[in-house]
Amino acid sequence: MRNLLSKKIIEIQPSGIRKFFDVANEMEDVISLGVGEPDFDTPWRIREEGIFSLERGKTFYTSNAGLKELRQEICKYLNRKIHVSYDPIKETLITVGGSEAIDVGLRCMLDPGDEVLIPQPSYVSYLPCTIMADGVPVIVPLQYENEFKLTVKDLEKYTTPRTKVLIMPFPNNPSGSIMTKEDLEPIAEFVKEHDLYVMSDEIYSELTYKTEHVSIASLPGMRERTLVINGFSKGFAMTGWRLGYCCGPAALIEQMTKLHQFAIMCAPTNSQYAAIEGLRNCEDEVEEMRKSYNQRRRFLMHEFARMGLECFEPFGAFYVFPSIQEFHMSSEEFATRLLEEEKVAVVPGTAFGECGEGFLRISYAYSLEDLKVALERLGRFIQKLRNESV
Amino acid sequence: MSDKKQDLRIEILKYIEKHSRVNLGEVAVLLGVEEVDVANEIADMEKEKVICGYHTLIDWDKTGMESVTALIEVRVTPQRDRGFDRIAERLYNYPEVYAVYLISGSYDLLVTLQGKTIKEVSRFVSEKLSPIDGVLSTATHFILKKYKDHGTIMVPKKESERIPVTL
Repeated sequence: MRNLLSKKIIEIQPSGIRKFFDVANEMEDVISLGVGEPDFDTPWRIREEGIFSLERGKTFYTSNAGLKELRQEICKYLNRKIHVSYDPIKETLITVGGSEAIDVGLRCMLDPGDEVLIPQPSYVSYLPCTIMADGVPVIVPLQYENEFKLTVKDLEKYTTPRTKVLIMPFPNNPSGSIMTKEDLEPIAEFVKEHDLYVMSDEIYSELTYKTEHVSIASLPGMRERTLVINGFSKGFAMTGWRLGYCCGPAALIEQMTKLHQFAIMCAPTNSQYAAIEGLRNCEDEVEEMRKSYNQRRRFLMHEFARMGLECFEPFGAFYVFPSIQEFHMSSEEFATRLLEEEKVAVVPGTAFGECGEGFLRISYAYSLEDLKVALERLGRFIQKLRNESV
Repeated sequence: MSDKKQDLRIEILKYIEKHSRVNLGEVAVLLGVEEVDVANEIADMEKEKVICGYHTLIDWDKTGMESVTALIEVRVTPQRDRGFDRIAERLYNYPEVYAVYLISGSYDLLVTLQGKTIKEVSRFVSEKLSPIDGVLSTATHFILKKYKDHGTIMVPKKESERIPVTL
């Protein structure tokens, strides 16, 4: 019999720490700081609208690109938030989560051999999606010294004449790092100079603290070079609804809509109706969640300082990314021992790229009560390690 | 009051409204301010009666104690110069009266009453409330079940079904 499977797919490496995940997800009484989704339920008015849409019999496909009403609301929202105006008909596509937009976007932008700059540590799907689109992933390791921001220096090292797309994963999962306008400006200049395109994954855009999120698409000359990806999962606490969207140049959106039509038809109808309510009437709820995350973020930074755990202060998403280099063990070893000895689950930084070695991703999408218990255990564990090494 | 001070006050109040037992150091950490500022603002707001008390939300149904709560709609004739205040005062001074509000709409005062038994509540209505000069009529509603009180849902919530570790 011939091999059932595609060589290309087999060669895509599964996450190296899947075993750790399986153990953590099976173990009982674990206090987890390992999730990548909000702890809040979706705001009730959004859920209620979803229910109502079902009651009204809104159970059919929508147009491939998504409900026009939702696309209009998205464009108004983006105009308000990132000050870029998009056409809801020609420049907007509703997808099944931001993840679909990453996949379809790369498929539509890459020819075989085109290189994609992927700053790491970052979310895990950019690399396999690049390979599936026959592109060549080029990892750009971000530096702790720069608080895991992307700099032109980093780009210069890895850009070649074949480079076509730069992924911008900010606010960043797992580091919590953000890019301010000042940080983005030189990047935008570099992109224009080298005739690159940008895929800006802004799924955590609602969750920035101290400063407002800035999209690279809002910088001069960048709108036509950028595909903005966003969605409802993080800011609106709607992970399970699987609803995202992207906005960008009409020619790209047209091709993406074509692929999306063949693969998906349309994003879930009732999620789309619910999301309209989210964009129209949930600013207060989103703000309350953001405030709550910010309080927990401050609490964690305070506790880290107290236990002497090195960590730069991150201003985005709901993660902190402390360094464990003082303990001279790998991130996975640290996370495994922490799990076994104190029953606290965190994610080793290496889950997000090799340059995550020496770091842990700690999520603060948990109640303060949970965080307190977990941090007490973490503190005890660290003390034990320090005593061991004396 | 400066905007900054006003903002800090509101942030403090919003937090302690839900977490009144928290220590001040923790409030300071969560809000990213100095502990002494939190302590000063709280002390001032207590003096100014912005903060009127620290209470505990209790589900008495889960205790052995007999207790009923009634909402009583009261229609009254307002008095010259005093409006509704005098009648309200005659009501709110009773310890068993839990709350008194002046209400817009088809009646005037809403009185929340806590008693041990239905009998006790009805006795209060017929002996104390109705005979007051100016009270035109009353309608008493007994609370059968509290689903939500003071912004807190009283019925048990299901455990979260989030997967413990995701990327």
